[in-house]
Amino acid sequence: MSLFYFIAFLSIFFAVMVITTKNPVHSVLYLVITFFTFTVHYILLNAQFLAVVNFIVYMGAIMVLFLFVLMLLNLNKETEPMKSVLVKAIGTIAGMCLLVTIAGSVKVLEVSNPVVLKNPEIGLVDNLGKVLFKEFLLPFEISSILLLTAMVGAVLLAKKEPKDI
Amino acid sequence: MEAIIQDIQGIPLNHYILLSSIIFTIGVIGVLIRRNVIIIMMSIELMLNAVNLLLAAFSAYHGDASGQVFVFFIMALAAAEVAVGLAIIVMVYRNTKSIDINLLNKLKW
Repeated sequence: MSLFYFIAFLSIFFAVMVITTKNPVHSVLYLVITFFTFTVHYILLNAQFLAVVNFIVYMGAIMVLFLFVLMLLNLNKETEPMKSVLVKAIGTIAGMCLLVTIAGSVKVLEVSNPVVLKNPEIGLVDNLGKVLFKEFLLPFEISSILLLTAMVGAVLLAKKEPKDI
Repeated sequence: MEAIIQDIQGIPLNHYILLSSIIFTIGVIGVLIRRNVIIIMMSIELMLNAVNLLLAAFSAYHGDASGQVFVFFIMALAAAEVAVGLAIIVMVYRNTKSIDINLLNKLKW
């Protein structure tokens, strides 16, 4: 039980480090650690399929994409323009107001029952596959079209425009 | 596996909601206080992940697999979003030689 609070503390700590570190490469590496703590959260919830997918897709694919773009643009130096202290303070205060609002509304709701895994088999691959291919078959197929569109769009956007147009 | 299942018992759902709210707020603050476009996109990823964790926690709490399927769809959408967004960043860098978000204020009133 205390493992959850330890991992939650690590998640919050590394998430804060992501947005406060000056060097973008360090920021990406802290984001990888944050995603790893999220994977541990999924394992604690017995959502094994989500844990594996989070590990592969987020920590593997997306983070490699971020690092690749950072290296490609040669931005791994600390010459990034920063906002003024006033804007930073205002942004932080606005974010804290959002947090207080959400926390206050959660306190009104009073859903403080402990998380009990009613059906521990729910996050396993065979169960999720049955749900995915029976109830969510149409959204699953549509998401494949979304991925195809994203691939075509990314290639078209990142391609150099020919000079003769 | 039994030990892990025993370990999660007894954590209030409120604490999951609070954790997700805090991570989401950190993402919002990151969007507000940084000028680097790539860091802003990473903050958006943090927000998406906070929602994912909350959906997974609700799914385990109610014993309904739909929440975890939604998380799966959100992950597919996040991958597509990151690919297109980074392509746009590369194009913006090619045109302006910078990734400062304050240079892109042509649409500002």
